Amino acid sequence: MKNRLKVLRAENNWSQQDLADRLEVSRQSVNAIETGRYDPSLPLAFRISGIFALPIEAIFLCDPGQPLPVR
Amino acid sequence: MATTHSPAIRRYLKRLAVLMTAYMGFIFLAGYLFRHNPPQGVLAYGLAVLPALPIIGVVWTAMRLLVEETDEYMRMLFVRQNLFATGFCLTVMTVWEFLQNYDLVAPGNGGFGAVFFWFMGLGIGAVLNRRALGAGGCA
Repeated sequence: MKNRLKVLRAENNWSQQDLADRLEVSRQSVNAIETGRYDPSLPLAFRISGIFALPIEAIFLCDPGQPLPVR
Repeated sequence: MATTHSPAIRRYLKRLAVLMTAYMGFIFLAGYLFRHNPPQGVLAYGLAVLPALPIIGVVWTAMRLLVEETDEYMRMLFVRQNLFATGFCLTVMTVWEFLQNYDLVAPGNGGFGAVFFWFMGLGIGAVLNRRALGAGGCA
């Protein structure tokens, strides 16, 4: 899953550590999410969404190569 | 950049230090007493098992870290590390056992029990985490 975390962080002039402190997670977590190596849980995604005051889907983007599951 | 440990990791490291100190004390005490003044009966069993208690404590400590770590990404790394260590330990011990069954290696373990290989697995698991997840994967 792709995300706009790095861009949003830069817009706020925050370092990875600044964002990590606000989220109460480690800098490694922010780095892993930002670089797409780790997809956060829904509660953490909501916390990220709250900090940037944006809906989750404005931060996390579905990989275009990965179709959404169809019922 | 300096890495700051979470409160859960700090507790883990403190517990580890206490337990390993206790282990060193117990292993020397048991060795000394069995050599110079061997206890008898139930006391002998108790003394023989004494050094195992801190090792069991270390396993408990590792499991507590999984419970107490609130950072979900770090917890995921620790879970991966523990699963790798468990699989590694079981694999080594199973292969070793079969080699012993067919008399291809000497009986006994020469002091290298299952926990030794589990600890070794934790070390390798940490390296694999780092390789798979890059700089963020510093378990």
